[in-house]
Amino acid sequence: MFAYYLELAWRSLRRNKSLTALMIFAVALGIGACMTTLTVVHVLSGDPLPGRGDRVYRVLLDAEPMDSYRKDGNPLDQVTWVDGMNLLRDGKADRQALMTGGNVAVTPPDASLDPFYIGARYSTSDIFSLFGIHFIYGGAWTAKDDASRARVAVITRRLNDKVFGGANSVGRNLRVSDADLRVIGVIDDWDPQPHFHDLDMNTYGDSERLYLPLGTSRDLGLGHSGSTNCYGNGRSSEKELETQSCTWLQYWVELDTAAKRDAYHEYLVNYSRAQHDHGRFERPPNVRLFDVMSWLDYKRVVPGDVKIQAWLAIGFLIVCLVNTVGLMLAKFLRRSGEVGVRRALGATRGEILTQLLTEAGMIGLAGGIGGLVLAILGLWLVRMQPHEYAKLAHLDFTMFLATFALAIASTVVAGLLPALRACRVAPALQLKTQ
Amino acid sequence: MLTMNHLAKVYRTEVVETYALRDFNIDVKEGEFVAVTGPSGSGKTTFLTIAGLLETFTGGEYHLDGMEVSKLDDNARSRIRNEKIGFIFQAFNLIPDLNVFDNVEVPLRYRGMKAAERKQRIMDALERVGLASRAKHYPAELSGGQQQRVAIARALAGSPRLLLADEPTGNLDTQMARGVMELLEEIHREGATIVMVTHDPELAARAQRNVHVIDGQVVDLTEEPRFHSQTSHA
Repeated sequence: MFAYYLELAWRSLRRNKSLTALMIFAVALGIGACMTTLTVVHVLSGDPLPGRGDRVYRVLLDAEPMDSYRKDGNPLDQVTWVDGMNLLRDGKADRQALMTGGNVAVTPPDASLDPFYIGARYSTSDIFSLFGIHFIYGGAWTAKDDASRARVAVITRRLNDKVFGGANSVGRNLRVSDADLRVIGVIDDWDPQPHFHDLDMNTYGDSERLYLPLGTSRDLGLGHSGSTNCYGNGRSSEKELETQSCTWLQYWVELDTAAKRDAYHEYLVNYSRAQHDHGRFERPPNVRLFDVMSWLDYKRVVPGDVKIQAWLAIGFLIVCLVNTVGLMLAKFLRRSGEVGVRRALGATRGEILTQLLTEAGMIGLAGGIGGLVLAILGLWLVRMQPHEYAKLAHLDFTMFLATFALAIASTVVAGLLPALRACRVAPALQLKTQ
Repeated sequence: MLTMNHLAKVYRTEVVETYALRDFNIDVKEGEFVAVTGPSGSGKTTFLTIAGLLETFTGGEYHLDGMEVSKLDDNARSRIRNEKIGFIFQAFNLIPDLNVFDNVEVPLRYRGMKAAERKQRIMDALERVGLASRAKHYPAELSGGQQQRVAIARALAGSPRLLLADEPTGNLDTQMARGVMELLEEIHREGATIVMVTHDPELAARAQRNVHVIDGQVVDLTEEPRFHSQTSHA
């Protein structure tokens, strides 16, 4: 029967081409605007650590002095060297990593290639297993390498392609700043969007291409990038950061169960209390554990204007659909005679309703195709904008399907009122007035 | 086949009640060809729409093919219309976007019939009304008489137990009307039960039996004229 409804819908839409085109255009316009902005929101607010984001947590501790204390205040986003090392030493989480980022100069072994600067991540060894980063050659450094500040590095496929022509470079040396680091692993390009692990570097865009132990970076005097927040007598001199009251490191942990999460939270409270007792912390314990998506929400990563644009576009879609409701109402009620005949010949109200909603769905499908074209055009325009996130504005398969789902569903909902009105016509009255 | 006892149909507004049918009694036997006559506004068409389950009634009883229909819901009424009743309207009521074949197919579609059986029935019905060669034509390409024949084919295709015709020749010229009437007589001779509403005494005379309706009631024309029959109801 559905094939019959499709056939009738097709005939009906062809009957009045201009009205049909007007409805499709209205739906396409609304869907195009809506999907353009929703796609931007989708790519900006997607889970950058799929499958792991709900068990990987950002740790915040409140180590600031009392002078600016507010009872409902939030701790600073990063931790001090001392706290980071203390937490690492206790090792209470399933995995934990203390890290920061910076820019380093790389001198390729091939003398014909010029030295260049790249983003680097200085971290303790668990970073790869914590974030589920896949190795194509070799493996990660160990906690022992962290402790000994070993001169080792892990590079990305992209850097490996550039410097070593894509060959297995494990064991080869790479000159970073003024030191030779031994490549011990090559990872697949890891480019989470947004860069949840260090939002101070750049929220969207290319990730780091070189990874080395945090201690090694200190030994080599590699400067770190991002924010440094010093309080009390703290001084932000790069050389003294390890001993100063400055937060400049990100601390991430993996906690596989809710019970472990609760226990770790309790541990952090106790740690803060102990630090308070020792006189390092002045404030009462104020700790935070954010999983990845909560962390992005907390940091309001998706720009406010993008969200506003999305709401405006949804409003625009509603306006377009209201217009479509009016057009469909006119179209369906003009067919009261046909509805009356079909009812007289045995069609139930439900069958008439299904027939008319199939027609609405077909308008939605056509509107979805038009909307897709407009959304692709809209996203191209977004990519022309000078925003950090602009280059990410591409329609993925999920949003491709969502375009049609939204177009068909919204048009069917819009067609509900006109269809209900049309299928309630009294057949006797219609047949008398033919 | 069709029995109405003390049937009433009242249209109510806040200030007035209008009786379209009042104490309406009729009994149509299987295989009968009954003409329902009466002046305009007498309630003939209201009777026909109630008989065809297109409208509900306010009081009384209506048995169709042995079934009391007053308690049936809308879906059940639709099914009965589809399976047991064939309609022929004065204005033909063909769907202009569908060709002859597709118009005749409409009631069969709602019966969930297989395509092969539908095609067989449609072509049989069109053969019967002499329009098999026009199956691909659209209503606008046919004369009024041919359109009414298509409507009859549509009514016959589902093999209904009861054929209801509302002024079937009202929109036709004399020659076309004669042809349609002969077709209805032929269908009746083959065993169909037909109830035809008409205000044309000449057509009514060709039915087996006449039922006269005045002011929403069946009247016996052999009795003395009633008071209101002298007033202008026409």
